[in-house]
Amino acid sequence: MVSDREGPVERKPRCTTISGLEIDRVYGPAQTAHLDYARDLGDPGEYPFTRGIHPTMYRGRLWTMRQFAGFGSAEDSNRRFHYLLQQGQTGLSVAFDMPTLMGYDSDHPKALGEVGREGVAVDTVEDMKVLLRDLPLDRVTTSMTINAPANALLAMYIVAAEEAGFVWPELGGTTQTDMLKEFIAQKEWVVPPRPSMRFIQDMLVFGARELPRWNIISISGYHIREAGATAVQELAFTLADGIAYVQAGIDAGLDVDAFAPRLSFFFDCHNDFFEEIAKFRAARRMWARIMRERFGAKLPRSWWLRFHTQTAGVSLTAQQPQNNIVRVALQALAAVLGGTQSLHTNSMDETYALPTEDAVRIALRTQQIIAHESGVANTVDPLGGSYFVEALTNRMEEEAGAYIRKIDELGGMVRAVELGFPQREIAEASFRFQQALERKEKIIVGVNDFATPEETPIPILRIDPEVERAQIERLHRVRAKRDSAAARAALDALRRAIESGENTMYPIVDAVRARASVGEICDVYRAVHGEYREPAII
Amino acid sequence: MAEKIRIIVAKPGLDGHDRGAKVVARALRDAGFEVIYTGLHQTPEMIVNAAIQEDADAIGLSILSGAHMTLFPRVVTLLRERGAGDIVVFGGGIIPEEDVPALQAAGVAGIFTPGASLESIVRWVREHVKPRGVRA
Repeated sequence: MVSDREGPVERKPRCTTISGLEIDRVYGPAQTAHLDYARDLGDPGEYPFTRGIHPTMYRGRLWTMRQFAGFGSAEDSNRRFHYLLQQGQTGLSVAFDMPTLMGYDSDHPKALGEVGREGVAVDTVEDMKVLLRDLPLDRVTTSMTINAPANALLAMYIVAAEEAGFVWPELGGTTQTDMLKEFIAQKEWVVPPRPSMRFIQDMLVFGARELPRWNIISISGYHIREAGATAVQELAFTLADGIAYVQAGIDAGLDVDAFAPRLSFFFDCHNDFFEEIAKFRAARRMWARIMRERFGAKLPRSWWLRFHTQTAGVSLTAQQPQNNIVRVALQALAAVLGGTQSLHTNSMDETYALPTEDAVRIALRTQQIIAHESGVANTVDPLGGSYFVEALTNRMEEEAGAYIRKIDELGGMVRAVELGFPQREIAEASFRFQQALERKEKIIVGVNDFATPEETPIPILRIDPEVERAQIERLHRVRAKRDSAAARAALDALRRAIESGENTMYPIVDAVRARASVGEICDVYRAVHGEYREPAII
Repeated sequence: MAEKIRIIVAKPGLDGHDRGAKVVARALRDAGFEVIYTGLHQTPEMIVNAAIQEDADAIGLSILSGAHMTLFPRVVTLLRERGAGDIVVFGGGIIPEEDVPALQAAGVAGIFTPGASLESIVRWVREHVKPRGVRA
């Protein structure tokens, strides 16, 4: 009997996933007996899409290889984008620096030392124009990791594209715009949760009207996981965030099928190979059921959980950094076996700084090896029907479902965030994991075991401090050159729009055209709604 | 009985990566220190004010945005300007090995790079932080 726990002695009293889920010695038909193929799995491209959202998956089209990039000045990042496109990358992904993420201009006192460091600095549409210079914006899709000021950066993107001769309907891309996960995990915010949700509603309405190829929200589990959540928590909190956004769109008067097809997701892919694959499969099944049963969506596209994956930054080690290439390869393979639509593979040097060009190339080549050499893209959902993978997929669904019910009982995710519920659950999980490391119940190769006394240093990308000075100068030049009365008037109009409750996207676009900066626009938000301050809980 | 050592755990800079700060704060508290966590997005001025107001013996800084070379020395300088240069400053985050000597020269007493165990941080604090009254 496979369930017999007697017999030969095992290496450990219990085997658990990296998230702490206990795993049996072996899985068999008993664990999957209750599965109904049509109801619970379905062929690829069939509801509930457990096996994939497309009938052909990677036989039809490979996943999009999308390396997140952005550093220093807009010129530096633009050069990196051209390089990545030449290397065969098929989509762009922009990282912004911390001041931009927090809605501060580069000359704000809080921006000191941060300009261009973790991403590119964008203050005005002039920076955006440099960032996008000579890129085929009608052919590439651009993903922008921006949240609190997402409305302002989206406005800059479409104004910059328009001034380069493109029209709005041909622009394809994604803004992250997932404020709930900011309050839960990533913690870059401007105004409190409820007014943040209001801005998102305006963006959903604007997107449905003006930008048919734009994904307004990328519902992100990545940061939740990186903040220390378990796989189940990542899955549950991400889908609960998704539920809140769908409800917000419906509350804004939109038909669910008018915007749900353009919602996309963004997940982490961590070290535990099968747990991650099960998470992706469970996510698709759960979202399909949520959209059809809970929200009554009618279009199959509304039921699809399309997702981008990034390998787990938090799993990389500063020690023996070359080992990270292997970790990333395994994580990327799990993401592909889980059916991701696009993928970012981390570079081996990212525990220290943004990656060097050589390290990025290895990361991209890792994806190309999986795509073209390993053979895993030849068939759809090759692990479907595996006793273990199906049992684990069910387990993820059950446990994440319990969390979602709890959040519903609290009054939904916005309320749960105000109560600090997901924040506390994640802090607990990350503390438990750290303790498991200290006790060596979990091993990280090169860190708490298999360490080497001598470390070989690897090259690190350095950001020239000159970037900060030059960026501030450029901002000052834009301010000096613009019609400041027009900029002021546009910002005043924005303030009136926020106060009167009309759609804020149109006045934001006007303010951006008048060369108002991110900081000036977000100052208007702060003036009306106040700045969010998180209660400091440990 | 000796007074409890008070430590401010602070997140300077704009990055929101507070996992490390919270885990370290909790470990220090469990080890018997009195810990005050400032929360996110603190300027060096805010951190130094908090340390002086709370009569702290040490400040533990956590930063993952890459701005450590600007912000860590700034905290030390402000403490000295305010006559509180005996408050021990230590910190961690994604700090490349080659930045460590410059930070130490700037007066940051302890630097913990990625992979540092909680135990090593607690041990360091026990050895290097004494109640300020006793030291003076």
